[in-house]
Amino acid sequence: MTVDQAWRPSALELERQAYRRRATTRSLLIGAASTVVFAALVWVTLINTPGWALVQESFFDPATWAGSWPRVWHGFLLNLQILVFAAIGVAIVASLIAFLRTLRGPVWFPLRFLAAAYTDIFRGTPLIIVLYLVGFGIPGLVQQRIPTEVLGTVALVITYSAYVAEVLRAGLEAVHPSQRMAARALGYTHTQTLRIVVLPQALRKVTPALMNDFVAMQKDVGLVSVLGAVDAVRAAQIETARFADFSPYVLAGLLFIALAWPMIRLTDWVSARMQRREQMGGTV
Amino acid sequence: MTPRSASALELEGIRKRYGERDVLRGVDLDVRPHEVIALIGASGSGKSTLLKTIDLLEPIDDGRILLDGEDVSDPRVDADRVRARIGIVFQGYNLFPHQRVLDNIARSLRVVHHLPRAEARDRALAALDRVGLADFAGHYPDRLSGGQQQRVAIARAVAAGQSLLLLDEVTSALDPELVGEVLALIRELGRDGATILMATHEMAFAREVADRIAFLHDGQIHEIGTPDEVFGDPQRARTREFLSRVGR
Repeated sequence: MTVDQAWRPSALELERQAYRRRATTRSLLIGAASTVVFAALVWVTLINTPGWALVQESFFDPATWAGSWPRVWHGFLLNLQILVFAAIGVAIVASLIAFLRTLRGPVWFPLRFLAAAYTDIFRGTPLIIVLYLVGFGIPGLVQQRIPTEVLGTVALVITYSAYVAEVLRAGLEAVHPSQRMAARALGYTHTQTLRIVVLPQALRKVTPALMNDFVAMQKDVGLVSVLGAVDAVRAAQIETARFADFSPYVLAGLLFIALAWPMIRLTDWVSARMQRREQMGGTV
Repeated sequence: MTPRSASALELEGIRKRYGERDVLRGVDLDVRPHEVIALIGASGSGKSTLLKTIDLLEPIDDGRILLDGEDVSDPRVDADRVRARIGIVFQGYNLFPHQRVLDNIARSLRVVHHLPRAEARDRALAALDRVGLADFAGHYPDRLSGGQQQRVAIARAVAAGQSLLLLDEVTSALDPELVGEVLALIRELGRDGATILMATHEMAFAREVADRIAFLHDGQIHEIGTPDEVFGDPQRARTREFLSRVGR
């Protein structure tokens, strides 16, 4: 199959391309016009709301943002630390639980059962309740003072491991059995098959779902404030009391968005790329 | 764009490029109403691509596609409406696994062709009956053998009474003992006057059923003629070489 260097599009094709370009331009113009109208409508309705000036003052006050920045930022750094440790913890615990759930054979029944019970219970329990149970229960149990950020991290790991374990398990099960069979036929053991053949394919399949869970966890890190850890949310609460307006909360919210946004875009990009790869040649 | 309805389908200089590869390099072909044309050629010669471009599932880079005299490659033409007029059957059946056999056929009759529920159902049952599978109407596709699934796929493609049927190597994913039932069905459709353009590797079948054989080579129709002409007395060296390789 050769490339025709000499080929030039026919007049008909050029006319069609020109038409498609015009159609694209028209779509862009319509899109732009509709965006302007929409923005204007939102703007007018918002500005004309009687309480708008008041809301602006108490939620979007630049002076308060500047004043509360040092403390909120300092708190946000704690959120980042918790996030890093929690992510590592979730990766380990979730993999372990997913692995336990794949074990076959009657000997492993208790472990399999425990793993299943774990995911059932902690996917069903609100994170805030787990936070309270861990935050106030564990110190009581060991009769010792433990830093609240550590307890918060533990609670996050407990809850999110349950979700992530299920995602991983779904991925493991989505790998076609013939892959497992082919690996065993080559002489790989159960564990080798899992590690070398099944897991890499499973991870590829569930990457978007895992990234989605990560984004969810990024913002739930803010909930450790209920235990008293001075993170961005708690700091914002303190600053809100000091400045007597709610702008610090908005500031903290913006920080969380800024943290999550690259990951959200990355997730979209990865999903789109995977879809493209799977639908090679398909255009409709 | 003057209607010239002497042909069911006319292809004029169809070009298709994938990246740096010219798969179709100016395909000209004329399919007359009620004609069965078998498209033969080596793997990767562009048979499937050509069929997909005709059903507007792949955009072309140049050329014209005339369906019943209408230029359907014109971007002003509603592609969905054109696809609804053409039936296509793929190598891998592509039945919807979540719909029962009957619904695989009846749903599109209702949604695309706007038939009332009862009529769509009757039409779908008639189509199933025609392919000898009326008893399986309530089953899910995975309960059927490959040959049965492919017959359902053909019934689905022709149920709306399409003017043109495209078949893309419909037997190549089937076990040998299941090929016969599908070929018998195509033979019958051709005898009943369907206009069919089929890509196939079944040379004996092509020779028996097709009115004309088109040999696709190097992105073009290299040779075309009646089965006796192409198989019996191929005019061009490439055709002879290909036919000797596949053992006719």
